[in-house]
Amino acid sequence: MCLAVPGQVVEVEGDDPAFLRGRVDFSGVRREVSFAFTPEAQPGDYVLVHAGFALTVVDQEEALLTLEELRRLGEAVEASPETAEEAPAP
Amino acid sequence: MSQDESSLPALVCPRPSEGGGQIVLAHGGGMRMTEKLLEEVFYPAFGNAALAARHDGAAIETAAGRLAFTTDSYVVRPLFFPGGSIGELAVYGTVNDLAMCGARALALSAGFILEEGLSIETLKRVVAAMSEAAARAGVPIVTGDTKVVERGKGDGVYINTSGIGVVQGPAILPSRIAPGDAILLSGDLGAHGIAILAAREQLGVQTDLLSDAAPLWEPVEALLKAGLDIHCLRDLTRGGLAAAANELASARGLDIELDEPSIPVRDEVRAACELLGFDPLYIACEGRFCVFLPETQAQRAMSILRACAVSAGAVRAGRVKDEARFGVIIRNRYGSSHVLDLPSGEQLPRIC
Amino acid sequence: MKLVDEYRDSDVVARLSAGIRRTATRPWTLMEICGGQTHSIVKNGLEALLPPGIELVHGPGCPVCVTPAELIDAAVALAARPEVIFTSYGDMLRVPGSRGRAEGPAALLDARAAGADVRVVYSALDAVQIAAANPGRQVVFFAVGFETTAPGHALAVVQAEALELENFSILVAHVLVPPAIDALLGSPECRVQALLAPGHVCTIEGSAEYARLSARWKVPIVVTGFEPVDLMEGILMAVRQLEAGQARLENQYSRAVRADGNAAARAAVDRVFEVTDRPWRGLGLIANSGLALREAYRRFDAVARFGAGPEPVQDDGACISGLILQGLKKPRECPAFATLCTPEQPLGAPMVSSEGACAAYYHYGRKV
Repeated sequence: MCLAVPGQVVEVEGDDPAFLRGRVDFSGVRREVSFAFTPEAQPGDYVLVHAGFALTVVDQEEALLTLEELRRLGEAVEASPETAEEAPAP
Repeated sequence: MSQDESSLPALVCPRPSEGGGQIVLAHGGGMRMTEKLLEEVFYPAFGNAALAARHDGAAIETAAGRLAFTTDSYVVRPLFFPGGSIGELAVYGTVNDLAMCGARALALSAGFILEEGLSIETLKRVVAAMSEAAARAGVPIVTGDTKVVERGKGDGVYINTSGIGVVQGPAILPSRIAPGDAILLSGDLGAHGIAILAAREQLGVQTDLLSDAAPLWEPVEALLKAGLDIHCLRDLTRGGLAAAANELASARGLDIELDEPSIPVRDEVRAACELLGFDPLYIACEGRFCVFLPETQAQRAMSILRACAVSAGAVRAGRVKDEARFGVIIRNRYGSSHVLDLPSGEQLPRIC
Repeated sequence: MKLVDEYRDSDVVARLSAGIRRTATRPWTLMEICGGQTHSIVKNGLEALLPPGIELVHGPGCPVCVTPAELIDAAVALAARPEVIFTSYGDMLRVPGSRGRAEGPAALLDARAAGADVRVVYSALDAVQIAAANPGRQVVFFAVGFETTAPGHALAVVQAEALELENFSILVAHVLVPPAIDALLGSPECRVQALLAPGHVCTIEGSAEYARLSARWKVPIVVTGFEPVDLMEGILMAVRQLEAGQARLENQYSRAVRADGNAAARAAVDRVFEVTDRPWRGLGLIANSGLALREAYRRFDAVARFGAGPEPVQDDGACISGLILQGLKKPRECPAFATLCTPEQPLGAPMVSSEGACAAYYHYGRKV
């Protein structure tokens, strides 16, 4: 099951864990989401939302680290002309 | 919920109630109640010489030339939404269809099918919106009709508008589309469809997005006045850019290639589509159009479009190919292309 | 969109593509489990960015595709009842059951056109709200999905119980991924050498079970996301393992998946559901591969409440969805593909499900 979208937590409210809910902002589109499975989520956090539920809090540090690595992928190779790669054909 | 209506005798009350602020069946009867409705609601809003003649149809002076003629019906839920209402759509939709023929709208007709129980206040709001839209578009509503259907047989109000205009300049038709033509798009996609979706509330999505509903004659007139060789124009409505492109590729018998990275989509529209599993290429617009013209004139056309408010976000979206194999192809940012099919029906929200 | 756009970056995708080309020295066959991953691969044309020897085979991770035809029939029958408001994710609306259209409504969308009150909801909790707002009607929710949606459905039942709703029930169609992987990898015809595991299932389940599968079948398994960067990185990680003769669990989707998953979500599922045998459309019965409501919650089961028991049916002979879902055939190899079987007139589920392999190929997969 696949369509999960990251959004920013606006607020979380509720006492009963089963009814914990709040709004999440997706680039200006807001929807009410259940936080029953992510009670630790705080306003400002990014959560992955699927079918109206926040499934997990996104680890932004981890995301940043991996992206930095990926953006440098192949740099050492490209720098040396002997191992220069053809660009993939479009 | 409803009883078998055939078991009820057909009763007609000789003294119908005044309606008390609601449309009643008698308003559609063509007699005194109808007259009253016209006097109180429609004539004040649409007042012009043709309507004042109180005749069945309107006769209009035109310059010699070819007439463009179009009709459209408007069925919108909810009637009022951020950025507009059924009123604006009913006017702009028909004005824009004429503009796509290269014609300035000369006059509109407006036929109303009202549901018994509709509040007259609501009707006045719709009619006021139409009046303002007509003024903005510079077109009079010169003739019309009103009918009333029983409660439950209509969504408040349905409107049909037909329009005529004189074609200015050479014919603008799908058959004039030529291989190599540039395709320009007047602005970002999907604001109308998403605004409506949010207003319907069933999917619980909230946004400040406004519908993009707008009249499009101004940029079209500017293109024509510049003497550009416009081959075809098409406004995007239901089915969005994908539907319009497919219809034209099919009508002309030439493939169309679109460049996805060039096509602007506002953040909110993208986000709503991501959330619900929609594709912005298929979402309805009500104030966007495409221009097909020779590549050599594309740059100039772009400057003209960008100088008009309603097409300030114009972009080059693609080109016409010289073969007919796939219909519409779209090239993505990774350099891959796929066929952009005609949508089979409504897009349904998905979670997979 | 933050945390989305970065994973669609064409420069990063190009680097990953080059990395895969540098790494692969021979042909390898990989399978992505989840239909959403298939959809993303085909729609974005990612296979064209892989060296010729790397083959992607599409797996059975489309819960819509594997929902038994008889459950669709049961759904359509329930929707036809005047007292029922039938709620469902949009994905299920076009999927035909076992009846041909001449015999009556085959899919929920047909039932709606024939007058049934069928409503699309984005969330199971919306269905609970509809029940609360319509005490005079019976609200049935079509609970379809893998481990990703099960917690939400469990919560819907818990909420309905807390609100003391007498008019809410669910039609359970849940399936579990690991038993299907066992069945797939255990088949003698299986050519798959590495797996891309479903990222969102793993946000709930964690990766422990996939580590066990990797060890049991001695295949690399990489938990992978859904965006082009995720998929290309997952493929690169799998190919690196294959080239090095390794077979272990790796997590590409580390920003969303933790090894221990989401315990609160799993607890909700455990409270409300129990594991059961389940038939998969096109694949047959797989032991311990489905969920059913526990005894304590059986009153929320639509089948129990309405006596609307699904009756086993023969699937359409022309539809080879079973072979497609196991990755043994590609959609283009099906004689009915795009001829007898189209999204408007589907013979089976994979052509009409938004993440079905056949639908993906039909909409995005024609060579241009």
